[in-house]
Amino acid sequence: MKFTFFHLMPYRPLDMAERHKHRAAWVVLPNSLYDPKKGADEYAAYIDQLVYAEELGFDVIAVNEHHQTAYGMMPAPNLIASALIQRTKKAKIAVVGRALPLVNNPVYIAEEFAMLDNLSRGRLITGFVRGIGNEYHASGINPFFSHERYQEAHDLIVAAWTRPGPFAFEGTHYNLRYVNLWPRPYQQPHPPIWIPSMGSSETIKWAAAPERKYPFLVTFSGRDLVARYLNMYREQARQFGYEAGGDQLGWASPVYVADTDERAREEARAGIETLFNDFLAVPWEMLLPPGYMSLSSMKNTIKMRKALGSRARHSMEELIESGTVVVGSPRTVRDQLSRLRDATGATNLVTMLQFGVLPDDLTKRNMEMFASEVMPHLR
Amino acid sequence: MAVQEHKHTVRDVSVRLCRDGEGESLLFLHGAGGWPAWGPFFDALARRCQLLVPEHPGFGLSDNPDWIRNVADVAMYYLDFLDALEGPPVHLVGHSLGGWIAAEIAARNTSRIRSLTLIAPAGLRVKGLLSGDNFIWSPEEYARNLFYDQAFAERELAHVPSEQEADIALTNRYMATKLGWEPRWFNPALERWLHRVRVPTLVLWGRDDKLFPSAYAKAWAERLPDSRVDIIPECGHRPHVEKADLSAQKILGFIGGRK
Repeated sequence: MKFTFFHLMPYRPLDMAERHKHRAAWVVLPNSLYDPKKGADEYAAYIDQLVYAEELGFDVIAVNEHHQTAYGMMPAPNLIASALIQRTKKAKIAVVGRALPLVNNPVYIAEEFAMLDNLSRGRLITGFVRGIGNEYHASGINPFFSHERYQEAHDLIVAAWTRPGPFAFEGTHYNLRYVNLWPRPYQQPHPPIWIPSMGSSETIKWAAAPERKYPFLVTFSGRDLVARYLNMYREQARQFGYEAGGDQLGWASPVYVADTDERAREEARAGIETLFNDFLAVPWEMLLPPGYMSLSSMKNTIKMRKALGSRARHSMEELIESGTVVVGSPRTVRDQLSRLRDATGATNLVTMLQFGVLPDDLTKRNMEMFASEVMPHLR
Repeated sequence: MAVQEHKHTVRDVSVRLCRDGEGESLLFLHGAGGWPAWGPFFDALARRCQLLVPEHPGFGLSDNPDWIRNVADVAMYYLDFLDALEGPPVHLVGHSLGGWIAAEIAARNTSRIRSLTLIAPAGLRVKGLLSGDNFIWSPEEYARNLFYDQAFAERELAHVPSEQEADIALTNRYMATKLGWEPRWFNPALERWLHRVRVPTLVLWGRDDKLFPSAYAKAWAERLPDSRVDIIPECGHRPHVEKADLSAQKILGFIGGRK
């Protein structure tokens, strides 16, 4: 297996009582609740954690993009990636991902990724996403055109990386007379593109197409959904006439390891429960603005949601039960991860070892335990 | 005369159309909430006019052509629609999104329009007076913020939609997003061209509108060459629902007085 250490960089000093006076920790949460001195400490601590992950033997260290939220302090993840390049030697640096539809000129994304690829001499992994629905409230970009803009931005970025410039790009949302990347990417034909997704059959079919074969990552989902989507990708690849490699299949999950199951649960609880209930939880209208999903997918989602009933707070036990998070002794964690690996053939594991308000000392111990007690057994 | 519902086709686009009454034609363009249920407002209008209420392309069960990308496309569609109608020019009435569409039509061509009534129209932005964020509102906030008299909101909230009603509401929400998300409920170019609306115009607004503040009415009046403003007290964003008879009277009075 290949191991990624992924960070969201949540703003841990958030006053949770204040946070719950607002509809979400996103977009409408007053930024007077952000203290720059505490925030600067957060950035320093988190960058240290990412750098330490290389030392512990993680193959990839990863960041991503979110806007106007305490959930993740990286509206510009490339800035963090750039810092990481200077402080690491061999780990791959993954930006998974940039939200393509949110920009009005995707060439800038192509350019910045090309720069990072040069700066790191080919250590960059890119990720192409659409952003969470909240991002469309934050950016003002019309979610109705999210899919169209994503597809078109993807085509433009890949063309910018691979076609000799200058060339003209004639699209619907993007029209550019001159596309001519300086610098060109270091890796040829271009840096790897990962597709993190909550899962949808359209995305899977698109990512698995023979001309792309993009590694697909199921994020923040229960084990049944992870298995279902990864097997859907595998099946889709077969229909395209090839066998998906394990490195094309991955999933992302918060993981916490301690000596015993009891201790792990005790130490992880606050981090897990704040991640899902305080940082991530947003109302339906923010999470899924119209068009973010196709009309037919949205109808299915609404039906599913009706069947599930309205959600109260998630308890850690419930999240462990569904396999959305993996918390326990080294043996428990190894068993759960290897079971999902064996059920799907996926070999790309994206771990989130700091989550919610989990403090630095526990994060460090979690990382060390994972690296020494879990990683070697799953390799 | 009973309300007749049928499919109405203009060029290659077919929409639902309700028709009732006799006399001069009045074309009502609905808001982003979709094709309105037939109620006292329409009854009152249909007693004096031939009332036509189409469901916009992209909404409900009407055709949803991909080429409709923005409100200007809808306005062009309705210019075709008006050209294809038999008889003399019509009284054009639009609510909210429908008011915006009506203004875009009238700024382009008034040869098929006799008078214009804008009820709490979208389409203009007044700096410093933000519209309400209907896209972030919960269903309860949405219902409550659209009415002054909360009994109307309670009634909406108590209604359990059928599967088809729920599907239509979702379709409408998608189309509303396509047309209104960005820039939020306005066309920056429209204000420049409102002097071209060369027909008498009534701007009708609920004083307590929480979606588009009634203070917007002044901005419309300043730019429309022949307009009058009428603000209805104790009334939210849907005067034709909340003050159905009064709204109909005001429109009929305006139309009648302008003959």
